[in-house]
Amino acid sequence: MPKRTDIKKILVIGAGPIVIGQACEFDYSGTQAVKALKEEGYEVCLVNSNPATIMTDPDMADRTYIEPITPSAVEKIIEREKPDAVLPTVGGQTALNVTVALAEAGVFEKHGVELIGAKLDAIKKAEDRDLFKKAMASIGLKTPESRLAHNMEEALDALDIVGLPAIIRPAFTLGGAGGSFAASEAEYEESVRTGLAMSPVSQVLIERSIAGWKEFELEVMRDMKDNVVIVCSIENFDPLGIHTGDSITVAPAQTLTDREYQIMRDAAIAIIREIGVDTGGSNIQFAVNPENGELVIIEMNPRVSRSSALASKATGFPIAKIAAKLAVGYSLDEIPNDITRMTPASFEPTIDYCVVKIPRFAFEKFPKAEDVLGAQMKSVGEVMSIGRTFKESLQKAIRSLETGYFGFKNKDSATNEQIEKVLKVPSSKRFPYLGEALRRGWTIERVHQATKIDAWFLHNMKQIIDTEMEVINEGLGDDDRLRELKELGFSDRRLAKLAGVTEKDIRARRLKAGVVPVYKRVDTCAGEFEAYTPYLYSTYEEECEADVSDKKKIIILGGGPNRIGQGIEFDYCCVHGVMGLKKDGYETIMVNCNPETVSTDYDTSDRLYFEPLTFEDVMSIIDREKPDGIIVQFGGQTPLNLAKALKEAGAPIIGTSPEAIDRAEDRESFKAMLEKLDLKQPPNGIATNTVEALAIAKEISYPVVVRPSYVLGGRAMEIVYDDDALKFYMANAVQASPDKPILIDKFLNSAIELDVDAVSDGKTVVIGGVMEHIEEAGVHSGDSACSLPPRSVSVELVEEVKRQTKMLAVELETVGLINIQFAIQDNEIFILEVNPRASRTVPFVSKTIGKPLAQIAARVMAGKTLAELGFTEEIKFSHVAVKEAVFPFIKFPNVDTILGPEMKSTGEVMGLARSFGMSFAKASSAAGVELPLFGAVFVSVTDSDKKMAVTAGRRLADMGFSLLATSGTAAALKGAGLAVEVLAKVGEGTPTCVDRLADGDIVMVINTTFGKKSIQDSYTIRRTALTMNVPYQTTVEGALASVTAIEALVKGGMDIMALQEYFTMVKS
Amino acid sequence: MKKAYLVMSDGRVFTGKPLGAVGETSGEVVFNTSMMGYQEILTDPSYEGQIITMTYPLIGNYGVNDEDVESCDIFAAGFIVKEESAIASNWRKTKTLGDYLREHDVVGIQGIDTRALTRHIREKGALPAIIISLPDADIDELKARVTKVAGTDGIDLVSKVTCDGAYSWDDGLWDIEQGFTKPDSESKYKVVAIDYGVKRNILRHLVNAGCDLTVVPASMTADEILKKQPDGIFLSNGPGDPSAVPYAAETVKELIGKKPLFGICFGHQTLCRALGMDTYKLKFGHHGGNQPVMDLLTRKVEITAQNHNYAVDDKSLPDGVEVTHINLNDKTVEGIKSDKLKVFSVQYHPEASPGPNDAQYLFKRFTDLMEG
Repeated sequence: MPKRTDIKKILVIGAGPIVIGQACEFDYSGTQAVKALKEEGYEVCLVNSNPATIMTDPDMADRTYIEPITPSAVEKIIEREKPDAVLPTVGGQTALNVTVALAEAGVFEKHGVELIGAKLDAIKKAEDRDLFKKAMASIGLKTPESRLAHNMEEALDALDIVGLPAIIRPAFTLGGAGGSFAASEAEYEESVRTGLAMSPVSQVLIERSIAGWKEFELEVMRDMKDNVVIVCSIENFDPLGIHTGDSITVAPAQTLTDREYQIMRDAAIAIIREIGVDTGGSNIQFAVNPENGELVIIEMNPRVSRSSALASKATGFPIAKIAAKLAVGYSLDEIPNDITRMTPASFEPTIDYCVVKIPRFAFEKFPKAEDVLGAQMKSVGEVMSIGRTFKESLQKAIRSLETGYFGFKNKDSATNEQIEKVLKVPSSKRFPYLGEALRRGWTIERVHQATKIDAWFLHNMKQIIDTEMEVINEGLGDDDRLRELKELGFSDRRLAKLAGVTEKDIRARRLKAGVVPVYKRVDTCAGEFEAYTPYLYSTYEEECEADVSDKKKIIILGGGPNRIGQGIEFDYCCVHGVMGLKKDGYETIMVNCNPETVSTDYDTSDRLYFEPLTFEDVMSIIDREKPDGIIVQFGGQTPLNLAKALKEAGAPIIGTSPEAIDRAEDRESFKAMLEKLDLKQPPNGIATNTVEALAIAKEISYPVVVRPSYVLGGRAMEIVYDDDALKFYMANAVQASPDKPILIDKFLNSAIELDVDAVSDGKTVVIGGVMEHIEEAGVHSGDSACSLPPRSVSVELVEEVKRQTKMLAVELETVGLINIQFAIQDNEIFILEVNPRASRTVPFVSKTIGKPLAQIAARVMAGKTLAELGFTEEIKFSHVAVKEAVFPFIKFPNVDTILGPEMKSTGEVMGLARSFGMSFAKASSAAGVELPLFGAVFVSVTDSDKKMAVTAGRRLADMGFSLLATSGTAAALKGAGLAVEVLAKVGEGTPTCVDRLADGDIVMVINTTFGKKSIQDSYTIRRTALTMNVPYQTTVEGALASVTAIEALVKGGMDIMALQEYFTMVKS
Repeated sequence: MKKAYLVMSDGRVFTGKPLGAVGETSGEVVFNTSMMGYQEILTDPSYEGQIITMTYPLIGNYGVNDEDVESCDIFAAGFIVKEESAIASNWRKTKTLGDYLREHDVVGIQGIDTRALTRHIREKGALPAIIISLPDADIDELKARVTKVAGTDGIDLVSKVTCDGAYSWDDGLWDIEQGFTKPDSESKYKVVAIDYGVKRNILRHLVNAGCDLTVVPASMTADEILKKQPDGIFLSNGPGDPSAVPYAAETVKELIGKKPLFGICFGHQTLCRALGMDTYKLKFGHHGGNQPVMDLLTRKVEITAQNHNYAVDDKSLPDGVEVTHINLNDKTVEGIKSDKLKVFSVQYHPEASPGPNDAQYLFKRFTDLMEG
């Protein structure tokens, strides 16, 4: 069937901000879908609130709405754009949820809009647990048995059907509290008794437990002609019980016979037909009983998912792109396979390598969170690696993670009991303990019993560990042996450690012996047809397919796995770097290992190396490609950490020199530079031990900001108020040493922070934008909301900040991007940080001003001047953009939601409007915070904030809000003539504010704190607000901004406008 | 460390480690792109005379078992993998792949760049080769000797794999809970299956479709077959070059028009030759479980298992015969039929094993043909 001509205009719904469980993969899928639809000549409009996405680039879709992905905003877009169809399947759960809401409200029907990809029925059938179970039963497939029980008698009846072990979940408890696991009848009765008691409705759900079973996934595609293909099979290394996003996964399935696999395949096809996903991709998860092969269906995602991004990268089959084409009527056989060109997409990819994905966690950011993995996803990023064997791929994945491991790290100090304990409870820390257990001679059977990890995986790990022992005992051996070790995936660094030599020694020996990697192509077909796309991975084998060209070429190093502090923003910059360099005729080469990203799409750059970002792996590519330049300033800290070593090894790094980056990073030289330029920084010092730290604090006076040098995202950064706290910090939070000193800065109370992004060609510096943080200095810039342009700083000060920016950029001989953070206290400008590289805010600024700063920077790095590129003046605009951060607190019970110098947000959203208030309202809404228009606001602030609290209180009262407050704040409000109801503090009588919050009486919380004690006291307030989904402000500036936003909303509803329209405003 | 060598007839040599039995073997090297199902592949009689390279690098992970067999023996002349798994992990496993190969005295090689080998075959075509894992192998001597290794062209490999005498078959398809089953209902159709190297899963499918099966040797004459008064005749898969087995086509020629015929793979080629069509050798054939085939009547695509080096030439299509299926990768003929003559055949393997089950409907098409 050819493409549909009855539709002309399609609305694509994006996924919004990066949150745990929904990351860059939906920019990847969205971008592919938009490109594919445009290619077919459709007019495409799209909505996504995440500015750091490629899909929201103004030249991607015809009309781009950076608006909240809420039913009301999307309905407005539909009213305005009148699309013929909506594609809801490439924007994750966010897009599906908003689609279901709009469909049920009759919006699509009202406006004559058709859902393409998946219809409402199909979405509901897949998403509703009960409907799904029934659908599976109707096609003869099993789901885990479950029954409801209201008393012990019913529970005992249920046991006959469900069987042991069982999971008992009390109904209607907050966050699934009280769920338990029963393996014996006695345990079962006990669990049911407690569960019934805990449930407010005396009801428990009893479900058959299949924890410990093997878990598999299939990626399925279907077209309108009912052709179905399986794109990829995935086997989870971790057994069922751990969310697949938190599991190590392997493609293809390793331990299934063809008969067992075909049963799964047949089931997948039956499921996609039964659920009725007309066109596109779905992900289906299966559990297999390792004792007898019994197959149970876990769930189905009727849309493109994280797993489909992984499957696309793992096979070279672009699921989202094909899904988009199928949605407009093509059938699989009508779409060519881009890689082979000669064959159609109606086939099943077969691969001739092994793919390993390992998740990356951020528990270190949330010390109070329990590091236990279970049904809820907790990882913030992932890496994928490709090797010819599982062993090679696994070892590449380990070093791709950038967690300081270059192989199976030893856990020498752990006792056997500790190891046993760690193995039994899945956590982010478990992996190295598997190696340690095997190293100590535990049998595979014993480790399997403790973990239920399949013996095949453990056996492969044991082979790695055994080889390590051989290297320790016998050394590296001859050249053949060295090659064999490299074939097993060992890094130079790990071998060096095992053999007691240096990484340099190993590299030198390898180069001399010609033991260097070759590069193979990912081609969807295991070599059966010629591959025209250079999508490459390294391995130690005979034949190299890199087929290196002699064109002018530049390598861009990517950002590796997403983590807090380094996410999609840097991938955005890398992709723009590619776009810019392509314009100047360079062959672009991308190196990255994050499967979620647009940068690792094989048609983003001319050549893609899916490789770990370590010195060894990058250098091997450089040796092979001999590029004219390497760009290290787009991928965040990852490539920067390699810059020095690469340069020393002779790599041609272009743009700002690593020395200049160092000069800005190194405290001493930075201080000297500022003195030379007569610029100010907060009083500060460097300490290598507690005594020095205390002396510095005394000299510059408390409060002080303390942090380790060379960190990203404010890791282990704290504001310290007194000696005791400083001693505690030095003793517990960090390990200071002469080569890892602690930086101590005077904390500037109540200062306003400004963030500036600029681009420089070494002579000319152009300001991209000056952003004013909403929260005061002390909140990490990545966690702070900000406004572009600034809203409270005088024009003169802003001009001075720009002047200083230019001065610093020139002094550092910046070629490319530069980001500077300023603090303004009492009209005095302090420089907090200078980063001559891409910053997290580059995409936000670029979207606001309509100029792709990273593209410009890349071209400048390759030799163009800003004048040649026609970018010599700062862009003037009349709209206001607000960036707001998005936090993962709800996923981490027991974690405080208060903001501080350590970054905790996973993503960001953008609000765009003509006024600050409306822009902030949009940003809040996009971040999932629906600001109230009426009701009771609870206020409890620290003394220094009382003045501003009164301002906020008055404005709220003027709009008809009622006020509740604790005694101190109430007194201040009353003193200003405002009516207020007094509530008790927690532990000081009833009703407390927490009681009222839990009762649902409060619509917004304003709660500021100063010092450890008040932070502890008010913890429950913030946590309750979070679980009750009540907007809460932990800074008075944030509160005032919210009040301004509420005023804008009360005055008139949210209006919407396409990004492209703002830019016409810019020009006129 | 013990070494093994793969010496190809064009002089290319791969050095690896022994796999399976130690010794020497020769045959024509082909590659198979299935990621699973190595046991079924090894036991498929169609691989007689061929050395199989698995493109998926990790083979042996789930071991072998007593059920996933397509015949009574291993027919492959040799086996090439990137990495053999020393352990077997699966609830049905009975032994490791290595032990299985050694028991059946199959010589193989592992640890070579199988992707480079695959690309070599893709460029040069299926080539004769020798695998040797004996100590003190003389590579130069082997290079000279390998040029004399026969390929498959012009050689009657069927005679090596067909059964000695007729037998009946009543095992049905495999079920994960019950193993091999026997259908409850009584068989409705009396079918003779000519064994050119038949895979058991075809027989199991025919049994499940309601056939009372007699399997007969390839040498059985048309008269003898017709004497058994079958409702239909099935022409099986088998190894090698159909033009080298003229008696097979001769027999089929005598059967056409007398009884409904259904052919698979070699049976398809033989039926086509009997109808007057030509066959030719593909460069490296189709061996794998992901080949897209379009049913030209419904325009629907089925993902198929395939294993053949020879194909039917559609330029020689006689009147009354139509092409029903084509391969979407290279547009070669995948199926033909003649309504008038009540015959049809496919080049691919609807019985899968290993591979997808998309084309199972063809067994019903056969019984429908016998019905009416």
